[in-house]
Amino acid sequence: MNKHDPNLTASAEAPARLTARNATIGYDRRIIAEGLNVSIPDRSFTVIVGPNACGKSTLLRALSRLLKPTVGEVLLDGKAILSYPARDVAKKLGLLPQTSIAPDGITVADLVARGRYPYQKLIRQWSRDDEAAVITAMAATKVDAFSHRLVDELSGGQRQRVWVAMVLAQQTPILLLDEPTTFLDIAHQIELLELLRALNRGEGQTVVAVLHDLNHACRYASHLIAMRDGRVVAEGRPGDIVTAELVEEVFGIACLVIEDPVSHTPLIVPRGGDLHPFEENFK
Amino acid sequence: MSVTQSTPIDFGRRVAVLRLFGERLSQRLDVRMLVVTGIVLLLAIVVAVITLASGEFQIPVPEVIGALLGQATAKVHMVVVEWRLPRTSLALIMGAALGVSGAIFQSLTRNPLGSPDIIGFDAGAYTGALVVITLLKGSFYLVAGGALFGGIVTALAVYLLAWRGGVQGFRLIIVGIGVSAMLSSLNTWMMLRADLQVAMAAAVWGVGSLNGLGLDKLWQVAVVLAVLLPLCALLSRPMRQLEMGDDAARALGVNAERTRLGLMVLGVALTAVVTATAGPIAFVALAAPQIARRLTGAAGVALLPSAAMGGLLLVVADFLAQRAFAPTQLPVGIVTVCVGGLYFAWLLMREARR
Repeated sequence: MNKHDPNLTASAEAPARLTARNATIGYDRRIIAEGLNVSIPDRSFTVIVGPNACGKSTLLRALSRLLKPTVGEVLLDGKAILSYPARDVAKKLGLLPQTSIAPDGITVADLVARGRYPYQKLIRQWSRDDEAAVITAMAATKVDAFSHRLVDELSGGQRQRVWVAMVLAQQTPILLLDEPTTFLDIAHQIELLELLRALNRGEGQTVVAVLHDLNHACRYASHLIAMRDGRVVAEGRPGDIVTAELVEEVFGIACLVIEDPVSHTPLIVPRGGDLHPFEENFK
Repeated sequence: MSVTQSTPIDFGRRVAVLRLFGERLSQRLDVRMLVVTGIVLLLAIVVAVITLASGEFQIPVPEVIGALLGQATAKVHMVVVEWRLPRTSLALIMGAALGVSGAIFQSLTRNPLGSPDIIGFDAGAYTGALVVITLLKGSFYLVAGGALFGGIVTALAVYLLAWRGGVQGFRLIIVGIGVSAMLSSLNTWMMLRADLQVAMAAAVWGVGSLNGLGLDKLWQVAVVLAVLLPLCALLSRPMRQLEMGDDAARALGVNAERTRLGLMVLGVALTAVVTATAGPIAFVALAAPQIARRLTGAAGVALLPSAAMGGLLLVVADFLAQRAFAPTQLPVGIVTVCVGGLYFAWLLMREARR
């Protein structure tokens, strides 16, 4: 694509630390995805997209050890992720789940400090490392200014930054986020994605996020995974793989793919109009 | 050099940092929580001493303190240390056990209504005791055994009925209330079928009372709690993480289902000890953690202040039970139900408004 392409810095060729190998995943007896092979390029900003119920959150749960594949396995640094003690995984891989609950009456700093759990023991609960990690995480997400406030009192955007800070305090080289922008307004969505990009570029953290907005995904991802019906339809750099055909195949909508005038990444413009399925109902 | 340091982070509360032996021992201490816990404990001890001093045979407080320190006449020593102390100590430690049990259930269910009485343990224990009292005409230990069996089976049934690939707090409460209601009707039916004498004995057991509990019971309860309470302290850290939801806790390295099961077993065991010894004492487990939480202003329920508050509540309730209508001795369960009922009504109204 364009030589201003910001994605050139993150290389998709770096060896993967986190991979799913021939993984069949699902809940109870309901299979969501079968025989998935996915690698998360190291130091990439990987975004998983796809329509609702395509299995993207399920894949993220499997990658983060929350869901055990019925067949196949997820490997972290070449070893089955389930063979590690839970705490060791928590030092390598952080997850921001779709829904997390802030305990009643908890302050920002208190919540961020809970991200230090994998490093703490009963008698060793607040080392200098713990303190430094919390300070760094709160500074990176700019929540330090209101570290004393109650999480319940914050705006949605602030609260999400606090949760990201909690996961950052975990100091993991890999960061997984399940739909982190879903309940945010557009300004806070961009703010959060910029934060994730800064973490990815500055700290070299591998970021894996499930996102709903395809244009955001194209703009921020260095590596895109498009899923449908539990299969990976395409993966690679957004500029290389996103075409009108792919969007139609994955999301079932007709669209135009143009170049984003700001980021020079693919920009998806849905067509609608004559293809609108409801029109004749109102004639 | 001072043992505690300050921290550059503004936690919104006063926090002291304790680091000893390099960093092998390092703790972040919530100053307000410690102060509140200390004051509550002190109050509990003051009320306990007043309880020891009062009764048919009034003893001045300095003499009570003398007796506790082993410097009193044989007669005062007998009244204070041998007659009154076991019961008051039992109130203190059983209150603490109930407070911790309530805190565990409230943390697990993330709901201030979660407590062993609400999820059916008390009703089940009463059913078990009633079966022994009315059908087997059993002794103290048989009744205690029956209560334990009934309570634990009920708690287990509620846990399994609420299970849908994991146990969710709110479902636990709803199922518990339903099972409690069913057992209560069964209990009433058994009472109605029993002889008057037997029914009266059963009714007395059913409200929970410390009357007539002596040194032997104190030792038994103290030994069991000396095992259970440290285990609770061990699980208090993963318990706090679970309050953020299973996914977040598991991502941080907590084994969610195992932690929850362990905490439920401990919570039920703590209540079971109290119920087996004194009968069901309602509302202490429900109220203590919430009152403590409001006083400490801390996030979520904490075990230590809940224990102190539980001890205070039960000591106060026991003082009222002994002295409010002296010389008539009320069962302590009546007092906790009266006071706790008011609290419960207030809590329900507050929750309904949210």
